[in-house]
Amino acid sequence: MIFRKTLLAATIGATMSAAALLPATAAADTTLRMAYDADPVSLDIHEQLSGGILQLSHMSFDPLVRWTQDLEFEPRLATGWEQVDDTTMRMTLREGVEFHSGNAFTADDVVWTIERLKQSPDFKAIFEPVAEVTAVDSHTVELTTKAPYPLLLNLATYIFPMDSQYYSGTDADGDPKDEIVKNGNSYASRHLSGTGPFEVTERQQGVRLAFERNENYWDEASPGNVDKIVMTPISENATRVAALLSGDVDFIAPVPPNDLDRIRDDEDVQLVTMSGTRIILFHMNQERVEAFQDPRVRQAIAYAINQEGIADRLMKGFATPAAQMSPAGYAGHVESLAPRYDLEKAKQLMAEAGYEDGFSITMMAPNNRYVNDAKIAQAVAAMLARLNITVDLKTLPKAQYWGEYDDRVADMMMIGWHADTEDTANFHEYLTACPDAETGAGQYNAGNYCNPELDKLVAEANLEVDLAKRAEMLQQLEQTLYDEAAFIPLHWQDLAWASASNVDIEPILNVMNFPYLGDLVIEE
Amino acid sequence: MIAFLIKRLYHALLVMFVISVISFAIQDNLGDPIQQMVGQSVPESEREVLREELGLNDPFYLQYLRFAKNAAQFDFGYSYTFNEPTTEVIMRHLPATLELVAATTFLIILLSVPIGVYSAIKPRAWLSRAFMGVSIVGISIPVFLTAIVLIQLFAIGVSVSPFPADTGWGAWLNGLLSTEGGMPAYGRGDPTHVVGTWYTNFASFESLTYLVLPSISLASIMLPLFIRLIRAEMLEVLQSEYVKFARAKGISLRRIYFVHALKNTMLPVITVGGVQIGTLVAYTILTETVFQWPGMGLMFLNAIERSDIPLIVTYLMIVGLIFVITNTLVDLIYGLVNPTVKLTGKPA
Repeated sequence: MIFRKTLLAATIGATMSAAALLPATAAADTTLRMAYDADPVSLDIHEQLSGGILQLSHMSFDPLVRWTQDLEFEPRLATGWEQVDDTTMRMTLREGVEFHSGNAFTADDVVWTIERLKQSPDFKAIFEPVAEVTAVDSHTVELTTKAPYPLLLNLATYIFPMDSQYYSGTDADGDPKDEIVKNGNSYASRHLSGTGPFEVTERQQGVRLAFERNENYWDEASPGNVDKIVMTPISENATRVAALLSGDVDFIAPVPPNDLDRIRDDEDVQLVTMSGTRIILFHMNQERVEAFQDPRVRQAIAYAINQEGIADRLMKGFATPAAQMSPAGYAGHVESLAPRYDLEKAKQLMAEAGYEDGFSITMMAPNNRYVNDAKIAQAVAAMLARLNITVDLKTLPKAQYWGEYDDRVADMMMIGWHADTEDTANFHEYLTACPDAETGAGQYNAGNYCNPELDKLVAEANLEVDLAKRAEMLQQLEQTLYDEAAFIPLHWQDLAWASASNVDIEPILNVMNFPYLGDLVIEE
Repeated sequence: MIAFLIKRLYHALLVMFVISVISFAIQDNLGDPIQQMVGQSVPESEREVLREELGLNDPFYLQYLRFAKNAAQFDFGYSYTFNEPTTEVIMRHLPATLELVAATTFLIILLSVPIGVYSAIKPRAWLSRAFMGVSIVGISIPVFLTAIVLIQLFAIGVSVSPFPADTGWGAWLNGLLSTEGGMPAYGRGDPTHVVGTWYTNFASFESLTYLVLPSISLASIMLPLFIRLIRAEMLEVLQSEYVKFARAKGISLRRIYFVHALKNTMLPVITVGGVQIGTLVAYTILTETVFQWPGMGLMFLNAIERSDIPLIVTYLMIVGLIFVITNTLVDLIYGLVNPTVKLTGKPA
């Protein structure tokens, strides 16, 4: 016998059970209601390089190739590829594929898309190595790079062919339909025609994004059975979890670490976690602090930081302790590099360097960008105190933090980095390369660490098409950075998703955090 | 009267001017909108181009003048994140907030009047004491916490079993303490389209359920205040000579309480209430965030997160306007119901 506590609950209970019965009997459609912390800023997938946009790309477009869960390549719109010579790759395209608009997909669309990518402010840097794209015939393209380039397939995961006919011409205002406008209302930011499993049916920015299954989707082998998707951005962590637990949505991401146990304990929902590829680290600014120029001091700091402890206690096991930038699965990952927490050794190194009595530094970290970012910074500051290093810590919201970061206003600064190319060299180019304003190298190297030999090594690696040889070079890079303690790695942030127990999300998730929703199966 | 309105209009313009200057002055501390617009691997040169295009490199006064010139024509610029005129963005979010405030106001009126009156008529009854006690708690719990607790109780549901479930009384007590859940935990559901960008939750019963938890949370801040205000005013009125006289004349208690006394109690309550409803609009920021209610409050918070300066400025101006309007209306109503108050301040 159930007694409801209040009249309110009684009325509501009645409405809800009535509402719950209706769709079960009436709907033949399988709908996925999902809640993410943010929605894509635009329907133009070349406007911004962000998680939200890539997520949208995988729903409404198809890449030439995509990553599998083990970071291998899987053919999508490209069915095969071969290296013709050191700088040319020929790709065979899938036949019989149609865009949402009904136009047929051909090699011209791929050429058009890559040329547009080279115009996009956000993607231009990634596509810099590509010199030329030509359509050999209607279903073959040739990509030529300026120099031998080993990461062409990594790039191909970013090529989501757009419907060139659909985006050609001008819109009602007389603007070209294919223009990429960052801060404006372009045709492409409101209209979409891709080859992907879902078509956008409704979009209210910040409120709701609705999709319907593409009836003519080419991938008939896909087990996916979702007919409709309603995506709601819920930025508040507690509310997102509540929406899942109350059954209002079927799929949420990210799951905040504090709620992991709560979701694990609930039998109606399931939790999937994975070790992520975003590295969280601290830079030690050698220009601002003389002591940081001494490798022994940097090593001492590396020895003083207890990565395992942070991952265990602060992150509640929701992080993988790191001693290098490359996560497992990346070419440059060195298995033997483990966190080296040893306080005695640290003190000894400080004494050797002549800094037994320590010194004072400033430290800065964001407080709403990475999981527990401010708390991690506090923990690191406390650990440095044991080396007599006095830390003046300031944490800022991300909106303000990045301006300060660009100005390098503190001696130690936190940053998290995910390699857009899923490759070790990318970490180095942005985080540890000798800063060069001209080329943009070391743009986020707030440590001003500079080792020209490593830069040379990476430049060579980026021309090495023998992937095994290249991996060796990149591993050598990681080893040197470790030995010199170029920066303080903390951990790779883990990823977590949760869904209702009948929504089988595990097979469609990956470390890049763009679920392949086209293949999602919902059990009735 | 006309003189009063003109004076008020002048005040309003002054307030708007001050708000716009302040919101422009703080924009440098709100962060760099470019950071939010581009991916992290975008080179500085590209950012600089964008910064130049948006006019962010211009000196403060130039940016302000440009804004003021357009604002005079009711053009507040384009939102960086929505890629639309900010006024349109706000107009689209306004109905959701107004409906939330309307539902909350309704709840407050519905509950505060009877409870306030009752606890004034019977100040020593245990129920009155209970109301006063609860209202103290209500004032001191932050709306954020109230909202989370409500979600846990009525959206997710709680089942407790401190009592033996195999006995009849134990199961009964457990059932009494458990809640079913099932209320919507977030958002507006599927509101009915009325006209233009106006969607309403008042058109269907199912949509109304989405309003329940957010409006209760929002009401929880103001309700105790109103109960206490009505109670205090009513107590005072009941002590007054004319109530005593009416009693002596033998007029029925019901008539004294609900016709004579209540009318005089409500006058000051209405004026205070008018101002407070303006304040409610500001309080919606927290409630809307927790319930992901797609109104102006949530929009404003997101705008701050993304350093969407034009949208932030427009929001502040419009909320300022709402305050000015409600205050003016309150003054006018006060003048109407109590003609001894002189609006213009001129010697009679």
